[in-house]
Amino acid sequence: MDAAAPRPKDNQGEPLPRVDGRLKVTGQAHYPADLPTGNIAYGALATSSIAKGKVTKLHLDDARAVPGLLDIVTYGDMDKVEKPKFGNSGATSVGPLHDRIIFHDGQIIALAVAETFEAAEEAAQLIRAEYEEEKPTATFDSPGTATIPAAGKSPLFKEDVKAGDFDAAYAGAAVKIDQRYSTPTQHHNPIELFSTTAFWQGDQLVVHEPSQNVTGWKVELARQLKMDPGKVRIVSPFIGGAFGSKGPMTPRTAIVAVAAKRLGRPVRCVTSRMQAFGTQTYRAETRHRIQIGAGKDGRIAAFAHEGWEVTSRPDSYVVGGTSATGRMYDYGSILTHVSLVQADRNTPGYMRSPPETPYVYALENAMDEMAVALGMDPVEFRRINEPKTEPIGKKPFSSRSLIQCYDQAAEAFGWAKRDPKVGAMRDRDWLVGMGCATAIYPTAVAPCAARVRLTVDGDVRLQCGSHEIGTGVRTVAAQMASERLGVGIDKISVEMGDSSLPPAPVSGGSISTASVCSAVLKACDAVRAKLYAGATAEGGPLAGSHNDELDLADGKIVAKSGASAKVEDVIKTMQVGAIEEYAEFAPKGATPEALKKLYAGTPEFHGGEQDEDSVKYAFGAEFVEVRINRYTREIRVPRLVGAFAAGRIMNTRTARSQLMGGMIWGIGQALHEATEIDRRYARYVNRDLQDYLVPVNADIKDLQVILVPEIDHAVNPAGVKGLGELGNVGTAAAVASAVYHATGKRIRDLPIRIEQLLA
Amino acid sequence: MRPFVYEQPTEISTAAAMASRFTRRDDQPTRANAQFIAGGTNLADYMKLGVAQPDRLLDLNRLADPGLRQIRVTDDGIRFGALVRMGEAADHPDVKRRYPVIADSLKLAASGQIRNMASLAGNILQRTRCEYFRETSWACNKRVPGSGCAAMEGFNRQHAVLGASDACIATYHGDFAQALMALDAIVHAEGARGARNIPFAKLHRQPGDTPHIETDLAADEIITAIEVPAIPWARRSLYLKIRDRESYAFALASAAVALDLDGDGVREARIALGGLATVPWRAGKAEEVLQGKPLDEHSATIAADAAFADAVPRQHNAFKTELGKRTLVRALLETRDMKV
Repeated sequence: MDAAAPRPKDNQGEPLPRVDGRLKVTGQAHYPADLPTGNIAYGALATSSIAKGKVTKLHLDDARAVPGLLDIVTYGDMDKVEKPKFGNSGATSVGPLHDRIIFHDGQIIALAVAETFEAAEEAAQLIRAEYEEEKPTATFDSPGTATIPAAGKSPLFKEDVKAGDFDAAYAGAAVKIDQRYSTPTQHHNPIELFSTTAFWQGDQLVVHEPSQNVTGWKVELARQLKMDPGKVRIVSPFIGGAFGSKGPMTPRTAIVAVAAKRLGRPVRCVTSRMQAFGTQTYRAETRHRIQIGAGKDGRIAAFAHEGWEVTSRPDSYVVGGTSATGRMYDYGSILTHVSLVQADRNTPGYMRSPPETPYVYALENAMDEMAVALGMDPVEFRRINEPKTEPIGKKPFSSRSLIQCYDQAAEAFGWAKRDPKVGAMRDRDWLVGMGCATAIYPTAVAPCAARVRLTVDGDVRLQCGSHEIGTGVRTVAAQMASERLGVGIDKISVEMGDSSLPPAPVSGGSISTASVCSAVLKACDAVRAKLYAGATAEGGPLAGSHNDELDLADGKIVAKSGASAKVEDVIKTMQVGAIEEYAEFAPKGATPEALKKLYAGTPEFHGGEQDEDSVKYAFGAEFVEVRINRYTREIRVPRLVGAFAAGRIMNTRTARSQLMGGMIWGIGQALHEATEIDRRYARYVNRDLQDYLVPVNADIKDLQVILVPEIDHAVNPAGVKGLGELGNVGTAAAVASAVYHATGKRIRDLPIRIEQLLA
Repeated sequence: MRPFVYEQPTEISTAAAMASRFTRRDDQPTRANAQFIAGGTNLADYMKLGVAQPDRLLDLNRLADPGLRQIRVTDDGIRFGALVRMGEAADHPDVKRRYPVIADSLKLAASGQIRNMASLAGNILQRTRCEYFRETSWACNKRVPGSGCAAMEGFNRQHAVLGASDACIATYHGDFAQALMALDAIVHAEGARGARNIPFAKLHRQPGDTPHIETDLAADEIITAIEVPAIPWARRSLYLKIRDRESYAFALASAAVALDLDGDGVREARIALGGLATVPWRAGKAEEVLQGKPLDEHSATIAADAAFADAVPRQHNAFKTELGKRTLVRALLETRDMKV
């Protein structure tokens, strides 16, 4: 087995290659903007060059003179359409063409539609706006910000968690730190650009757009266009980089749909990379203050975490990562508070582990500082503060293998060889540093529906309106069906990414594998039950056997007695051509409305810290080695080791791939990624991949992922904990810790760059 | 993207005549109606962004003269045809052996794909990547003369600390040019009015009050070759490039260094700096400081201080003065320690 296909350990599935891998690497996978559509017209957006004010006049004559121009959709043209709503299915409440107010840089002011992409682009560039400009507020510390408490502003962030008497415990602590940390603005830059293709078939609207939430979008788009959701179809068979960027629908979708209706032909609009910075969501900048107080023995007695997050004026987007940081260790007492800071910016949104990435970075950097203050090994410091129960509600963890992760990762990394003295490790002109940090991600699950059909020929067709965002969900769903139906993976076809399929929840929050596999499991078990009934019925081939004595394998029903019957023969006996089952899975604790909400595109999430019986999280431990040139101070990362435990691993190949990608992103967050804002104008400056740096191959050398076996039956029927968002949590703190170890400089503001290490 | 006429002349003289016919004599090459294109890795990008708006593109890739595609090594030095691709030059065994600084500067630039497309002449004429230049909604004196400079008080982390003016602080981002600068290369150019040779140091112009004038070339002049003189001791040379990530990024600071050593003593030093200045930058004062002295960390530091004596830092690029010095010190010491 090679590194990409780790040998499965206990409770881990085979590293089967992705069922759609060949399509992807041979260019045969059709992403939404590739789907063949005849007689297409092309749209290009014109966007504002100011962040605050009003459009007083639009000059369209030059654009209209472009040969091939067909239409310009702008102010007035969306009046019969409802404004967008902010929420899980909507990126913002700003209806950019509903009124002339500019809320942020790069706001849509028009859509030019032409016979060719080039003509549309040219026309869009020729649209000139006159503005009544106001002085905008860019970010933290800019004049004009408004700071409000975050709790209650979002259904996802209800309260500031606390426990015990922090003030007293902190005052009495023998060793303490009180530090501030920050994380920068980060923008989604998926290789697949953002696009919408819309066309009408009579009164039915079809939209091809990369989406992590086809059901939610169907309902929301129908609401905006005042249509029956049954007449709207969202198609998104493959998504080339999602990570939350394609979770909420943006206002562009309805604008393109209106353009297609006006023209009576399909319209495709591919947003340029520069325009995506203003028209899509992003990870907003955050600030943190962390106080930790401990006894000389290293036991934490007091923990406080205060967070500040930038959001837009109209929408209160909250991440509120104190929910996770407050439950990480056995703190004794806990005090947290999260504030939103409103500025003249586009509304932020989900980006891979939205709360945990910034908040756990701050916590874990502080934990390393605290270990230094205590003179204690950072791994040992975490071991000492490992909780028996979750420290706020005192509920048990459904499972928690953090220490196993630390032990296995430390062993593989060679942590024992680290000289703890700062600056002690060197390799010629390179300072060597080693650091570690914890990764955590809540384990959630949502209702999901799936349809499974087993034909007399032994073919299986599996349908579920989930989304292949690169995680391999088609593959693991097929593996689940293969296991339950005793059918080879090559006999299974999986259909996903279409709102006309059985509804699945948004592919966000790392819930897809658990939710989809639980629904597929339920549907497959219903198929099994019918098969068994057929087999054991009077006159059936296994008449007299009980269901619990039967199993399915290699196309046969096998009884404990050794007797068996071919599935094909059983289906024939039943006098049907296929057995098809539609299953709706609802997690334990689901409300009576849960399934209704699934169809409405607003699924309930269960798990994490919300359940009555236990709290549910996946954990990991990451170790990094950095090298810093003693003259020029550039930082390189030759080695990374991460060990993760996430319940049942459906497929070790796809799981490793997710965790590896997360760790690489974590390196980017530590060292490369940041959107720069020109504070004078509240405008983004580095709006493309030339200046918005992410790691390249040369930045990643030796990266090892260890999958730590873990069994957890409490999380969901599939026993799966989501891990798609686990890998990039903590990485940046591990890097900061290693940089400190190498140089003695504690960098608290990300990204860590040369200039911070020169002084 | 604006429509444009695309032509493929096969003779240098025809190409120059075409450029001359469609362009006013005093037009700057970067603002001319007719512009030359070779690899297209910079111009095509800027045309899509609306930064460059030529009406006519004259594609040089069909020019018949085989010398344009050749690397010729002679007793006098090495001659690169203008259409040689970056990747070819970086992999050329004589370039690697005789001028490591050239091979390094090319190998550390861009990506493999871009190096396989981009021509050497196009590479040295590449335009700045200043964010405020690249995006047409910002004020930029280089793009629209007289419109102002949004970078001056804006986000200017990658901007120049050397050779800037009140009108422009955009960095020249190329790498290869620093090597050519250090080695006193000569550029051969041919225009409608004949051929001429330009010392590399005279090719680029500092921004001054006219940042839109970037080179000494007229709009109808085509670079045909780049000649690097024979410098036997250039085997002791290297290009050190410091950047935020390991590959595929512009230099925050770079140094092209070639040393003629006599034991530890410096007979002659050649130094050019990149990522720090508005044009390819020869650090003549640093070279003078080192001449005749032993090269160690102390003398290298004095040389580096001399190189940056006139540096003008701004809000976000202030670190580049210190980084530039350290880059030069490290490059000098690493060049000294090369096994040649």
